[in-house]
Amino acid sequence: MRILSILSSLSLVALLLMATGCSSVKPWVKPYERDNLADPVMSLSRHGTADAYMHHVYQARESARGAEGGSGGGCGCN
Amino acid sequence: MALMALLTVQSATAATLPVDKVDVLYHRYDGGGMVIDGPSVLVRKGIGPQVSFSGQYYVDSVSAASVDVLATASAYEEERTEYTVGVDYLYDKAILSLGYTNSTENDYEANTLYFSVSQEFFGGMSTVTMGYASGWDEVGRVGNDSFSEEADRRNYQLGLSQVVTRNSLVGLDLEVVTDEGYLQNPYRVNRYINPDNPAEFLTQPEQYPETRTSTSVAVRALYYLPYRASIRGEYRYFSDTWGINAHTMELGYVHGLTQHWTLEGSVRYYTQNEADFYSDLFPFKNSQTHLARDKELSSLSGTTLAVGAVYEWKQTSLPGIDRLQFSLLVDWLNFDYDNFRDVTAAGNYLPGEEPLYSFDAYVTRASLILEY
Repeated sequence: MRILSILSSLSLVALLLMATGCSSVKPWVKPYERDNLADPVMSLSRHGTADAYMHHVYQARESARGAEGGSGGGCGCN
Repeated sequence: MALMALLTVQSATAATLPVDKVDVLYHRYDGGGMVIDGPSVLVRKGIGPQVSFSGQYYVDSVSAASVDVLATASAYEEERTEYTVGVDYLYDKAILSLGYTNSTENDYEANTLYFSVSQEFFGGMSTVTMGYASGWDEVGRVGNDSFSEEADRRNYQLGLSQVVTRNSLVGLDLEVVTDEGYLQNPYRVNRYINPDNPAEFLTQPEQYPETRTSTSVAVRALYYLPYRASIRGEYRYFSDTWGINAHTMELGYVHGLTQHWTLEGSVRYYTQNEADFYSDLFPFKNSQTHLARDKELSSLSGTTLAVGAVYEWKQTSLPGIDRLQFSLLVDWLNFDYDNFRDVTAAGNYLPGEEPLYSFDAYVTRASLILEY
């Protein structure tokens, strides 16, 4: 039940954000203002498979798993 | 693991297919009596404007003489090989991804099928990703051909990446994982006090529950500094039905040195409490229904210090190569256990009075990415 409750709360946040796109609030960071955001120093996954490998290392040494950044799970690494 | 690479969120520039590339990695883990190394090769190629295929080959060559192994058996060597195939389909502002991973070693086979949808909203400022993965594993045991067990797994993922300002991004991730089946290690044992001689201990097989459900929630933020550099902060909370709660915190910094070179560093801290059925030393044989002495289920904390250097060459003059990136990354990991004792420690100790275990490890990664 606790998990369902967290899931539904997050889904609600996501839906609200989607709904925001249809309201009077306009995207305040224009595409031409995103050059800093597009710089590789702002990437959470710049190193590709080398980043995923570290998740594998930690999953083998720690009990925590998942939510590693739009990734995770099912690696057959136990 | 390859699954994670393929599901990686596209940060601020979603709704474009991943670029064609070859991603070659050499990885090495050395510490706590374990040396694990091997290559990984990922190739990605688009077919037309809407479809991109990928394939990955990954190897772990293991040389094991850890405290667990030395306490009950002899050092051994083995190899794990993993293949992943995937396809991404771009439709309007959404990317649909489908993939399959197979991992084999001499006593374990793991299969995973995954599906995810990533959708941009709000002028590209918000990206929501939903993922589902289903896994089915077959567990064997070396030297016992009649031993065969199964474990099934489901992953449910929800992620949000949000542009906040022209210099900052935040991400929110939720993942629920459920396991069912044979979840313990068939070789591992726990220990209990010898009823005939309290100065000794005896061992018995581990006994885990057959189900486990875990929930992780993570928030991360990235900020572009007034010069070409970024700082990153992350926090993750984890909780599972085995009674384990964990916290992960990480701070990172990336510094643009020249047009081609960047340096990076990070600090990570992790802490967890033990599982409900964990004990370093049980009072007597079968003293409870579920029994574990796996140090990953004990109360522990870990610290990582990481440094790295990256060379990036855009619009290369190499024939057929648009962009080249070479990275050398070194991580130092240290784990301290609060209630897992080192039974291999030299000296005469009564059961339960051995020194607490701790170890450190170096992880080295050399990565070459060629975009074409």
